[in-house]
Amino acid sequence: MKKKNLLTRVIIIALVTITGLYLVIGPRHRPHLKDFTWSGIKQTLASNIHLGLDLQGGSHLVMRVKTEEFLKRLTEEDSIAAQNAAKDAGFELKGGRADTGGNTYRVVLELADPSKANEVKDAVQKKVELGDTSVWSYSTSGDQISWTMTGAAQRTLADNATTQALNIIESRINALGITEPTLQTHGAQSSHQILLQMPGVQDPERVKDILKGESRLELVHVVGPPSPSPATTYATEQEAIASLGSNGTVPPNRRVLPYAERMELSADSSKDPNQQKPKQWVVVETPAIIDGSELRNATAVPTQGGRSTDFEINFSLKKSGADKFGAWTGAHINEYMGVVLNGEVKSIAYIKSQIFDSGQITGRFTKQSAEDLALTLRSGALPAPIEYLEERTVGPSLGQDSIRAGVRASVVGLALVVVFMLFYYRGSGVNAVVALILNMILMIAGLIMFGATLTLPGIAGIILTIGMAVDSNVLIFERIREELRSGKTVPSAVDLGFQRAFVTIIDTHVTTVISSLFLFVFGTGPIRGFAVTLVIGLLINLFSAVYVSRTIFIWELSRKEKVESLSI
Amino acid sequence: MFQVLHDVNIDWLGNRLWFIGVSVLLMLAGLGAAIIHQATGRQAFNLGVDFKGGTVVTAKFKQRPHDDAIRNALTSKGIRDAVVQPITDKPDTVLIKVPLEGEGQDGRARVREALNTFGPETQPAQELESDPNAAYKIIGTDAVGAIAGAQLRNKAVAVTLAALVGILIYIGARFEWTYGAAAVIAVFHDVLVTLGFFSLFQIEVSLNVIAALLTLVGFSVNDTIVVFDRIRENRKLHRRDSLYKITNDSINQTLSRTVITSGLVFLSVLAMVLFGGEVLRGFSLALLIGVVFGTYSSVAIASPIMVWWEQRIEAANRAATLSFNQPIKGGVRSSTKPTGREPITPRARKAGRA
Repeated sequence: MKKKNLLTRVIIIALVTITGLYLVIGPRHRPHLKDFTWSGIKQTLASNIHLGLDLQGGSHLVMRVKTEEFLKRLTEEDSIAAQNAAKDAGFELKGGRADTGGNTYRVVLELADPSKANEVKDAVQKKVELGDTSVWSYSTSGDQISWTMTGAAQRTLADNATTQALNIIESRINALGITEPTLQTHGAQSSHQILLQMPGVQDPERVKDILKGESRLELVHVVGPPSPSPATTYATEQEAIASLGSNGTVPPNRRVLPYAERMELSADSSKDPNQQKPKQWVVVETPAIIDGSELRNATAVPTQGGRSTDFEINFSLKKSGADKFGAWTGAHINEYMGVVLNGEVKSIAYIKSQIFDSGQITGRFTKQSAEDLALTLRSGALPAPIEYLEERTVGPSLGQDSIRAGVRASVVGLALVVVFMLFYYRGSGVNAVVALILNMILMIAGLIMFGATLTLPGIAGIILTIGMAVDSNVLIFERIREELRSGKTVPSAVDLGFQRAFVTIIDTHVTTVISSLFLFVFGTGPIRGFAVTLVIGLLINLFSAVYVSRTIFIWELSRKEKVESLSI
Repeated sequence: MFQVLHDVNIDWLGNRLWFIGVSVLLMLAGLGAAIIHQATGRQAFNLGVDFKGGTVVTAKFKQRPHDDAIRNALTSKGIRDAVVQPITDKPDTVLIKVPLEGEGQDGRARVREALNTFGPETQPAQELESDPNAAYKIIGTDAVGAIAGAQLRNKAVAVTLAALVGILIYIGARFEWTYGAAAVIAVFHDVLVTLGFFSLFQIEVSLNVIAALLTLVGFSVNDTIVVFDRIRENRKLHRRDSLYKITNDSINQTLSRTVITSGLVFLSVLAMVLFGGEVLRGFSLALLIGVVFGTYSSVAIASPIMVWWEQRIEAANRAATLSFNQPIKGGVRSSTKPTGREPITPRARKAGRA
């Protein structure tokens, strides 16, 4: 009975160890004899474990947020809103425009009746936030009234846009699962640059595209007769503008947008070299019914009934957006609605029935491009486009020398532990050392299996794991000694020692695993790096320190009929 | 069999006022240091470039010195805690990040002063290659913001608090909630004392120190549970003993384990403090202080608080039982037999059984 039990245990341990070793050395190449030499082991580890920015270095990217585009769009939107507000209040306008260029951002209205300037101003400011004198300074000249953005407001708004872009980039990096990048503002205050350092990633171009993807989503009303007549599209931009019948200008409540149906696109469509020029144009109402800020979630799903390689994006809206969207679609049954991404109409469909909180973006996405776009939509739209200024490869931020010193110190520490265990616990100390070595092998296997990136905080997790692994053995051995002192026979002392210590070990391990799971799920950066290695290490430790160590004891005890003494 | 510390019989709880006094003193010292630093215009903590940003200087060398040599040159000119990062695709160029505030100039001048130990800088108008006397040229100076903004810091604190609540709930379920609360209070104590040291000695706080603090939390809880576990076991075995005695016995029984484990971890971390190099110093010091106080707090903070709390509850229960002399409706804490001895309440039984 006991022999059979022992055999099962040995088989389980052997299987786990072999699997662990295989994960460390294979599966990338067939193991050679030279893999087991010191340099072979070193090379295998170096190629299989991903090291973080602090230990190995990575890419160094400087990007700039084009805040001028953000201010320009803001001014244009306000200009349109101001024109609409003036018209709604019954004032006649000769024209209106947004003057943007250089460092000027100005909303200009040309009045038909200059004597009513103050009334128009009041009407506009009641509806549009142009009345805030800390942002806009109002002036009149001739038949023009204008609001000019102050320099201070330009700086504040641009800084806010940069901060917002930084946060969005951070959430995208986290969503991509890139471990422990560093992200910081760069350059002088007004340069609006962001410095990103990230450890070596598999496909840097894809990461760059995702970070750059503006992902400005809008749902708009497409102007034209309702279904069953087809959606109104035009072959050229001029034709579309001409259809508006306002002498070649676009009125403030309309926009003319390219319609790029059935095109391959990535999160950053402007960079795609295969992109064809859009063939059609449509006229849409502005402002949009709702925009991407109302998005709750977006996921990539295979297109129903399409080719298996075609993907589309399902999105759902927040409560506020869903209310707005539901009210609008309810009132516009059979009319056409367009999904606009970064200023391009991606798809047009007529409204069959009232829609509340969900929709699709169709188009011929690949799985990858749909997933990337969904990711960027979830993280929110960038307030302004981003350009890359500088790209370099950098060495480890901790410095090669510090890493070498750290490794040396760890080896000294570990050797100390091993020597002490062997000296103090004699024969049983061997158990502890075997368990510790197995723990390390399996831990490395775990890191490789989960593709985790090892950083200094991760090493802190390993240090705590080793501490707790040694502690488990000390707890067990001290307990066995205690039982021996109280006069128990060797086999029952071992049994009791394990039984009693096991309760303690379970409690300490489960507590730490629970708290680390919090850190893993909700934490970012160094906190997460710490939690990953700790959770992996502790789960392995329950196996190596308890199960394996126990098996060695069983084996020792089974060799003799009657055991009088134990080397502990 | 070679054995340290067995059959010790120390009245740990008898010294609880001393222990708690020392801890309060240490925490006050840390708090005082933080307040004084703040009041004298400096920061309470010496935050590294991770937290407050600084200047990054890009320098190109004819013969790039070792990272360590550059770091030493900076340290000798009083610029501590610099990050020296080589650019691998341009092997003669190195990024030097220093925690100096101010727009560019100040940091640049200070770094230049340090780099002049390797030879003069190129004349501004000239290229590095065409100047035979020069050793290096500063090719770029940029201000950088903090890696860990306020957002990350707040999130780190929030996540750690959530993890502590998790610990509280688990220990509460496995032992008693008073045990959980005592363990969590001990953890707070350890973190505060460690932070106090960092403020007092103005040791640089980098992002890695956060990881060290998390390690400290794990170690402290581990150590506390080992003691509590023994208390739980002894309460089952020796029902007639008072909690006070049981706690003292349990600490004594686990003492050899505590000394060995903490001693080993302490020595390993000490090796890292001594030989791990300047860059890792903050990290390893936080671990070292954490090991000492994580061990200390299990005996000196967690145990006395737990015993005091449990005794108060027992006393309250007894009073309630005596005055009503019947079980309180729905109450689990009532004892039906008020005797002079330690009452075996359902609570005690639960603690024993688990």
